[in-house]
Amino acid sequence: MPTKPAGTLYRGREGMWSWVGHRITGVVIFFFLLVHVLDTSLVRVSPEAYTAVIGAYKNPLMALGETGLVAAIVFHAFNGLRIIAVDFWKKGAKYQRQMLWVVLGLWIVTMVAFAIRHLSLALGGH
Amino acid sequence: MTATQIPSPRSGSTIAPQYRRTGSSRGNFEMLAWLFMRLSGVVLVVLIFGHLFVNLLVGEGIHAIDFGFVAGKWADPFWQFWDLAMLWLAMLHGTNGVRTIINDYAEKDATRFWLKMVLYAAAAVIIILGTLVIFTFNPCPVVDGVQLPGGFCPA
Repeated sequence: MPTKPAGTLYRGREGMWSWVGHRITGVVIFFFLLVHVLDTSLVRVSPEAYTAVIGAYKNPLMALGETGLVAAIVFHAFNGLRIIAVDFWKKGAKYQRQMLWVVLGLWIVTMVAFAIRHLSLALGGH
Repeated sequence: MTATQIPSPRSGSTIAPQYRRTGSSRGNFEMLAWLFMRLSGVVLVVLIFGHLFVNLLVGEGIHAIDFGFVAGKWADPFWQFWDLAMLWLAMLHGTNGVRTIINDYAEKDATRFWLKMVLYAAAAVIIILGTLVIFTFNPCPVVDGVQLPGGFCPA
């Protein structure tokens, strides 16, 4: 018995979702970059202004935010290398799906290591 | 019945409009932008992973970051160049990425134009500001003859 058509929404599976993830993480990183250049520029205003604003990065809530930002950066980095492999490696397009799972595996390993180190430093007694 | 005349392929004679790969006023800008994303991306992976490792994971991590930390890094031309390369490459990479997104989603010509103008203006301000900060950084700032507290001044 024929099944009902599933609608016309494009369902590109792994390739599409990695593209969505790459866009969203890219935009997030870009806006943080604008803010980060501005906060670093306070070293040109006065030592105290810089140290005060950078102090805002050192509270526990921001530690979670930094971990999220690094998660976005690491995904964008690893998936970016995958895109380069798809474009330049002869078999890149054929193995793009497998490479996405490699990207996600490396991303999890990297983020577990980063989160343990960064959160224990940021949330540890100081 | 008269036979339909079919020109031989690539004779360049009759079929219009003729398909051309090049010849638009944009030249190969889009190809260069595409290539730049890949080349800068590889370099940025190294620069940003190094930046995160040195600033967040070594020693006391984020607790060590203050004015003195920045002064210590920028006393070394190696880190000045590292941060300068990271600033320029990341800003150009990010600006081109957002440009692509604007082109994809802003449908009206005027909207697309103005969003891109805002983007380019913001990018120019950030790149120029960041470059000036790296090269005019002073570990011992003095205002009206008075040393600002927290600076690193020679005794």
